[in-house]
Amino acid sequence: MLEINNLHVKLEDEDKVILRGVNLSIGAGEVHAIMGPNGSGKSTLSYVLSGRDGYAVTEGSAKLEGAELLEMEPEARAAAGLFLAFQYPVEIPGVGNMTFLRTAVNAQRKARGEVEISAGDFLKLVREKAKTLKIDAEMLKRPVNVGFSGGEKKRNEILQMAMLEPKMCILDETDSGLDVDAMKLVAEGVNALRGAGRSFLVITHYQRLLDHIKPDFVHIMAAGRIIKTGGPDLALEVENNGYAGLLGEGV
Amino acid sequence: MAVLQSKHNTLQVRIAGLRFEPQGWLGALRADALARLTAMGMPGRRDEYWRYTNPAGLIAVDVAAVSLFDPGDEPPPFDGIDRLKIVFVDGVFDAAQSDNFALEGVQVERLAVAEQADIHWATALYGVLESRGQTPVQRPLAALNSAFATDGVLVRVTGKPSKPISLIYQHNSKTSDVVLHHCIKVESGAEVTLLENGPAAARFSHVMEVDIADGGRLHHIRAQGRAHQRQAATHLFARIGNHAAFKSFTLTANGRLTRNEAVLELLGSDSVAHIAGAALGDGDFHHDDTVFITHAGARCESRQVFKKVLKNGATGVFQGKILVKQGAQKTDGYQISQALMLDGESQFLAKPELEIYADDVKCSHGSTSGAIDETALFYLRSRGVPRRAAQSLLVLAFLAEAITEIEDEAISEDIRQRLQSWLERHEH
Repeated sequence: MLEINNLHVKLEDEDKVILRGVNLSIGAGEVHAIMGPNGSGKSTLSYVLSGRDGYAVTEGSAKLEGAELLEMEPEARAAAGLFLAFQYPVEIPGVGNMTFLRTAVNAQRKARGEVEISAGDFLKLVREKAKTLKIDAEMLKRPVNVGFSGGEKKRNEILQMAMLEPKMCILDETDSGLDVDAMKLVAEGVNALRGAGRSFLVITHYQRLLDHIKPDFVHIMAAGRIIKTGGPDLALEVENNGYAGLLGEGV
Repeated sequence: MAVLQSKHNTLQVRIAGLRFEPQGWLGALRADALARLTAMGMPGRRDEYWRYTNPAGLIAVDVAAVSLFDPGDEPPPFDGIDRLKIVFVDGVFDAAQSDNFALEGVQVERLAVAEQADIHWATALYGVLESRGQTPVQRPLAALNSAFATDGVLVRVTGKPSKPISLIYQHNSKTSDVVLHHCIKVESGAEVTLLENGPAAARFSHVMEVDIADGGRLHHIRAQGRAHQRQAATHLFARIGNHAAFKSFTLTANGRLTRNEAVLELLGSDSVAHIAGAALGDGDFHHDDTVFITHAGARCESRQVFKKVLKNGATGVFQGKILVKQGAQKTDGYQISQALMLDGESQFLAKPELEIYADDVKCSHGSTSGAIDETALFYLRSRGVPRRAAQSLLVLAFLAEAITEIEDEAISEDIRQRLQSWLERHEH
C-alpha cells in the first residue's frame, strides 16, 4: 500500500535536517504504529506524506499503490486515498462542518471521475456515521472545529475519515489531549474502519492508544530514522523501559 | 484662505456643466442645498475626511470615458426575486423596462414628475437629512446632489408591500454623469425591502434619505455593479425613530472608485441600525466605506460589519465612527472592519472611532487585515478540496459575517452566488 524508501527531509527555510533515511513498507490492511521521543520526526513524516508546505525532500520516495506521492498536490494525494488525521485539527470559522464534508467528498469523487453524491444521500450517510461516533447534529451544523472540545475535534477527524473512505490513514497523535473515554470512542471509530484492505499508520507517544487500536507492527523512530521494528510487544517494552535503552541500541 | 479659494474654484468647475432648475416645492430646497454647497466648496485632499481617498475623479469637470462592461452570461442581481422594478438607464427613467408603480402599502413617485407639484410630503425630508449630516463633517458631494439631482424616487411606505422595490441602474453611455436623489419615508409600523443594483453611469452621485417612524423597518440591499471603470459617490442618510429598524447591506465587486458614506441617527429608543458591506477588488480598485452612527436614544443597537477582499494592488478604506450622546444609555455598539489581502500589493486603511458621552454603554470595535490562513488552506486541501476551491471557501467564510446581515434568505443566497462567481472569475 505505502512504500517509503530512504526518505530524507529538511526544513525548506533553514538547514535543519529532520528525516534521515526513513524506510517503511505498509501492506494492504496492515496497521503500523510509529513511536518515538519528541523531535524524532514522527509528525514531520505525516506532514511530508500529506504534502504540507515548508519541507524539502532531498532524497527518497514515498509511493501509494505504486504512485509517487511526493510529486502530487495535497488534494491529489487525498483523492488517491491518503488521509491524515491531524494532531491539531484546524478551526475554520465561517465554513459549516457539513459544507466542508460534502465539498471534500465531492471534490474527491470528481477527481476520481466518479459521480457526485446527492444532497439527500450525503445527509443520510453523514448522520449515520456521526451517530456511531456520538457526534450530534448540532456539531455538524457548526463551523469546522470551532468551539469543539479536544475530544470533539478528534472525533470529527474520524468522521471525516469515515466519510472519505481513504485507503491509507495516518493518525498523528490522535490520542493527545484525550481522556480515557474519549480515546476509547476514537479507537472504536478507527477499528470500525479497519478491514477492506485499508491500512493505518498510527503515530503516538504512548502505548495506551495501542491497547485499543492493535497494531500489526511497531516501529521506533529516533533522530529521523526508524531504528527498530517489532510486533506489538515492542510498544510494551517502550512503556516499561522508556526510549533510553532502545536509543542506545539503535545508535 | 488659499485652501478655501481652491475649494470654491473646483466647485465652480464641477457645477459649470450642470443645470440648476429650481421648480415647484423642490425649488427652495434645491436653492438651500446650493447655498450650503457654495459655502463649503468641493472636497480636497487636505480635508481630513478625504485623507485616504482622492476625490479628484468625483470633482473633475469631465467624466473620464469608460469602457462599457459586459457581464457575460451572469444574470443580473436579484434576477429570480419577485420585485417592483424601476429602471434608470444612465440616470434616465426607462418606462418600458419598469413595472407599474402601483403596489399595496406603498406610494412610489418619480422625483422628476413629483417636483412640479406645489406641495409634497417629501418637503420635510428632501435635503433635510443631508443638511443635518453636514455636521460635524462636511459632505459637499451630498449637497451637490440635493441641488442638482435630475431624478430619483420618492417612496412612502404605509404598510407592508408584498414585494421589494427594486431600483435598477443600467449603464450604456461611456461618459454619463448621473445625479439621482431618493427619499424613503417608512411610516409607523410599516416595513419595506429596497433593492438597488447596477453601475448606473460612468460617474454616479447617489443620495438616499430615509426616515423611519416608530416601529418601522427598512431592509436595504445593494449590489453596485461589476463595471471596472465606473466611479461612484453614494450617501445614505437615515433618521430612525423608536422601536424601529434600519438594515443595509452593500456588495461592491469591482469599480475604480467607490465612496459609500452612511450617516445614521438613532433618535428614538430601542431601535437597531445595521450597516454591512462586502467589497471585492482586483487591481485598479479603490473602495471607501465612511460611516457615522449617532446614538441619541436609549437602548439602541448598532452594528457596522465591513469586509473587503483585495488583490493585485486594490485599496480598501474604512472610516467608521460611533457617537453615543449623553442620555443614550444601554447603547450596544459594534463595529468591525476587516480586509483579506490575497497578495502583498494591496492595502487597507482603517480609522475606527468611538466618542461616548453616556456612562452605561457597550461599544466594541475591531479592525484587522491579513492573508489567507495557510493552515486552514492546507487542512482543506488535505481533505481533497483543490487549492482554488479551498481558497474560495475561505474567502466566503471571511465574508460570511457581513452576508448574514441580510435577513431575507433568497436575497442572501443571490448575493452569495455573486460572490462565488466573482471569486471563480478572479482566481489566480
